[in-house]
Amino acid sequence: MDIATAHKIRENPKFAAMVARKERMGRRLTGFMLVVYFGFILTIAFAPHWLAISLSATGVMTLGIPIGIAIILAAFAATGVYVYWANTHFDEITREILKEAGH
Amino acid sequence: MTDLNIPAIAMFFVFVAATLGITRWAARRTRTRAHFYAAGGNITALQNGLAIAGDYMSAASFLGISGLVFLSGYDGLIYSIGFLVGWPIILFLIAERLRNLGKYTFADVVSFRLSPVPVRSISACGALATVILYLIAQMVGAGKLIELLFGLPYESAVIIVGVLMILYVSFGGMIATTWVQIIKAVLLLLGASFMAVAVLWNMGFSFEALFENAVTVHPKGKAIMAPGGLLSDPVSAISLGLALMFGTAGLPHILMRFFTVPDAREARTSVFYATGFIGYFYILTFIIGFGAIVLVSGDARFLDSAGALMGGNNMAAIHLAQATGGDLFLGFISAVAFATILAVVSGLTLAGASAVSHDLYASVLRHGEANDAEELKVSRMATVGLGVLAIALGIVFEQQNVAFMVGLAFAIAASANFPVLLLSMYWSKLTTRGAFWGGACGLSVAVGLMILGPTVWVDVLGNSDPVFPYKYPALFAMSAAFLAAWGFSVSDTSPRAKAEREAFDLQYIRSEVGRVG
Repeated sequence: MDIATAHKIRENPKFAAMVARKERMGRRLTGFMLVVYFGFILTIAFAPHWLAISLSATGVMTLGIPIGIAIILAAFAATGVYVYWANTHFDEITREILKEAGH
Repeated sequence: MTDLNIPAIAMFFVFVAATLGITRWAARRTRTRAHFYAAGGNITALQNGLAIAGDYMSAASFLGISGLVFLSGYDGLIYSIGFLVGWPIILFLIAERLRNLGKYTFADVVSFRLSPVPVRSISACGALATVILYLIAQMVGAGKLIELLFGLPYESAVIIVGVLMILYVSFGGMIATTWVQIIKAVLLLLGASFMAVAVLWNMGFSFEALFENAVTVHPKGKAIMAPGGLLSDPVSAISLGLALMFGTAGLPHILMRFFTVPDAREARTSVFYATGFIGYFYILTFIIGFGAIVLVSGDARFLDSAGALMGGNNMAAIHLAQATGGDLFLGFISAVAFATILAVVSGLTLAGASAVSHDLYASVLRHGEANDAEELKVSRMATVGLGVLAIALGIVFEQQNVAFMVGLAFAIAASANFPVLLLSMYWSKLTTRGAFWGGACGLSVAVGLMILGPTVWVDVLGNSDPVFPYKYPALFAMSAAFLAAWGFSVSDTSPRAKAEREAFDLQYIRSEVGRVG
């Protein structure tokens, strides 16, 4: 990429807006995963008995099992949300920005 | 199980024949370093997702996690979750920018605007330390597992693994390594799915029934349904959490896979697939572990005279294969376990060879003036060298406790490789000096604290009390790396540092829009 193209891309307000939106999304989803995961880890360290709470009076299923599975599903869902937005909206704007910069 | 296991060996031969055929096909397509390191960038998102999942679903994680679930139930799930949550982080922070800035190794990205010689030297040290530790752990595990499964002597098993891996990587490069990994990932996912379905079918497709039966027969009873003693103090919990979550984003054999896809879009889509496959796989290992508690732990066929599981807890999934699918399926799972080891060590060796030939030889030694043929030749020599080293270390460490090595590899990846990579992408003020000392501090603090901590100082060296009280060094080593990178960067007033800060803008645009024109 030559300096002139880079300059044109940087001057394009769409670039700043797209990057800001993408980074905000990345930061929020990263924050979400950090809160979920370290929330889980710290619960294990400080209050493991919460995860041992029985879900029914007779059964052996504990609260920890659905929570653990839900974290796995949440991680997958979070990647899905990011990929969907990036592949549809952000890539589209990037193509426009490149076109306007002469590519 | 020390007799030769004929169905397993037959199926393993089929796998080896097929993968050597692929290697021959790949070798004809591996003419340049772009093919050798990155499969020519022609891998699709789905293929790469499977290959990444394959790198991650090692024999250690398949047998180790199902074994941990078998031993203590819920604690196995805690480990799985830790290994999985690194993936979204890679996607949100690393994957597409890595693809947009680099060509073959993560050091390409770090040295994009920084001075190549110091930065690539330290990155290659971090990469090689991670790869070699991981390789030793895999080789020792491989020797023991194959000894047990196939009735082969330990040394022959290690030599067979080493020789096959050298053949795959040196002839077939990334193309062969990727396809071996994809085939194995599919076989492992199918095998594990079959076992999990068989377990649930036995329980009338009721999770409640599975857990109830497990609680009834397990010596720890209801305790297996909740966290045990895995993470008792908060410092260890956070430190292990950090190593697992950010270590993945610093594993060179994982990072190099993002260079095998054509663009950033495919790079990010491949993480989506990989996270799905890995998450699904961990749910399966959880069911398999509980299934083994119910179907294996009470069956005299699988127990030794003392009532313990034959071959140790890590054999839980293997015994479950026999309990659910008979001898033929046991042979299949054994062959898949062998294939898994081969595929994972191949990926590791290729990552190590790339660090030697692309970072150390082509950039540090030849200052970027090596031509394609020379670099390709060195990468093949490095592959053979690493393969021989892996065989030798595998034999040397046979009687040693190597369990800490994967943990140390993750700690180094999280503390040396990840901070420098992250800062190089996002922090405009990072300079060569900061990157070098950040990486060096992360590496030395991680290694130093691991040696002084309970796992090496007490368990391996036999001292009575650890000098450093915690098992997991990542919290301290990562902090040291970020602090050093920050301090040595902001205090750097050289003209080179100024030019490097000014070059950030261009790098940043490229990291967002890709290689243009």
